Amino acid sequence: MNFEQIDYYNIDELLTDEEKLVRNTVREFVNSEISPVIQDCFLKGIFPLDVVPKMADIGLFGINIGHEYGGAGANYTIYGLAMQELERGDSGIRSFASVQNSLVMYPLNKYGTENQKKKWLPLLAKGKAIGCFGLTEPDYGSNPAGMLTNAKKIDGGYLLNGAKMWITNGSIADVAIVWAKLDGEVHGFIVEKGMKGFTTKEMRGKLSLRASITSELIFDDVEIPEENILNVEGLKGPLSCLTQARYGIAWGAVGAAMDCFDSALKYSKTRIQFNKPIASFQIIQTKLVWMLEEITKAQLLNYRLGRMKDEGKARNQQVSLAKRNNVHMALQCARLSREIHGANGILGEYPAMRHSANLESVNTYEGTYDIQTLILGQDITGIAAYM
Amino acid sequence: MNILVCISRVPDTASRILVGSDGKNIDTQGIKFVVNPYDEFAIEEGLRLREKNGGTVTAIVVGTEASKDVLRTALAMGVDKAVLVKGKEPDDSFYVAKNLAEYAKGISPDLILLGRQSVDYDSRQMASALGELLGLPSISVVSKLTIENGKATAEKDIEGGKEVVEASLPCLISCQKGLNDPRYPKLPDIMKAKSKPIEEIVPIETQNKVTILGMSMPSKKRVGKILGAEDSDIDELVKLLHEEAKVI
Repeated sequence: MNFEQIDYYNIDELLTDEEKLVRNTVREFVNSEISPVIQDCFLKGIFPLDVVPKMADIGLFGINIGHEYGGAGANYTIYGLAMQELERGDSGIRSFASVQNSLVMYPLNKYGTENQKKKWLPLLAKGKAIGCFGLTEPDYGSNPAGMLTNAKKIDGGYLLNGAKMWITNGSIADVAIVWAKLDGEVHGFIVEKGMKGFTTKEMRGKLSLRASITSELIFDDVEIPEENILNVEGLKGPLSCLTQARYGIAWGAVGAAMDCFDSALKYSKTRIQFNKPIASFQIIQTKLVWMLEEITKAQLLNYRLGRMKDEGKARNQQVSLAKRNNVHMALQCARLSREIHGANGILGEYPAMRHSANLESVNTYEGTYDIQTLILGQDITGIAAYM
Repeated sequence: MNILVCISRVPDTASRILVGSDGKNIDTQGIKFVVNPYDEFAIEEGLRLREKNGGTVTAIVVGTEASKDVLRTALAMGVDKAVLVKGKEPDDSFYVAKNLAEYAKGISPDLILLGRQSVDYDSRQMASALGELLGLPSISVVSKLTIENGKATAEKDIEGGKEVVEASLPCLISCQKGLNDPRYPKLPDIMKAKSKPIEEIVPIETQNKVTILGMSMPSKKRVGKILGAEDSDIDELVKLLHEEAKVI
């Protein structure tokens, strides 16, 4: 039975025809291309690589990039709606799109030279090239400023050394946006697959985001040509990318929560115990209403955040609040949905447990729940608690 | 080859439908509207024929300002031109057919495509009514179509089999599932469709041939019967399945 729209506060009335059409298109796409295969991919621990050209074909890569580089030229609300629908399918699929859009195409578009943009953006938009983003290291997660990966100026370019970890798409990527210190300052480098000394290793044994590839990147005296450096200096480079990705996550989490709610509502109306549907019990209704309430609030948060972002007014702290709130509530929804499904909830044929497992990662990556708290704490008190 | 595709705007089949307070319409609050699913086959077929033979595809809808969203979908899928016959919310098939026919007369298309039925009122009258009003051959419920040498050869589903029929162009085809696999509109095309014009036309008013008197929800009660474990109960079960449920 197909997903039924959850729009308790008629937010659809606030969306333009284009926004609704993109949302509906991606919803249909997920119904027919992702949902039928995702359980199997998750259980086997594989990313469905064959959906990449299909995602590219409908224009899911480069959503905010201009037509001249093969992008869709759409606004941030549309980007958010697309992420919402993809994550309703699975966080791993949304992660792929987030990385390609926010962590690879965004920095290339914002900090790249015309040549870099012309070379990579159309390929990435068509899905002919897959990108990844290297910031986190084994010993530097929440504190990226301490990164050890470094670049040295050499004749005609740079010599890159170090290692990155927890890199989505790492071992299938054709191009990596890698952040490294050059003379003590963070810089971005375009590292291409096949460059001598650049290797990747897929990380195995994950119990979360199983339908997504996570890898280590290793740089051993990799020679980066002069023209592959991005035009940005300092941590604001990678952090601006993370703000983009967090924004998409804030929407994506609502998609996962809606899927959990939809499944729980349907299940509760058909599951009979004590001679009546379990939806007739107050405890079940309380859980369903809590989910509906939180999803509705998160939808309103996203809608407003999207509009502010489209007007260029959204602050990164406002994005942090949405990411923190929405992922946390989605995780609670996934757990409540699992409870409503009873024992059936642990089965792969229902989405709750898979979303629950995935959302543990989503709660952590691109800035953990706790780090978002500290960003907001600093914003309201003026005191940075993480220094 | 010039193709006219007639589309309609219907509630998404996943929507929960409630009767409105006037008892004559549905409550549209919170309902997601989409291109009638059978009309998507018509749009796709039109686009494929254009890609093969050249020409233009025009999409038309009889509706209100709100119907522009389905025309935007058609434009995003790739039709060349979109036309809105903008008037009241259509509640009578004849009114729709008359207005579609009027526009078709003006542009004399080689082929008119439409869905086999629209999934809101399910009247299934449009192909025949339009064929009659235009004096054109009309083939309904087509699941395979070939256009060659000024002729349309169509395969249609009939009870227990297939029927192949032929008509000369111009003609009218109502499309059935299986005809093709409609494309998704692409995001860049959705954005470009925003700036494409939609031609607006004033409708011809007609006397309703059919008037909706009332609407009500289907009765919810489906009382189950619980039988025992005797042999006679099995006979009773078979009898009920055969005579009442009519499933065996």
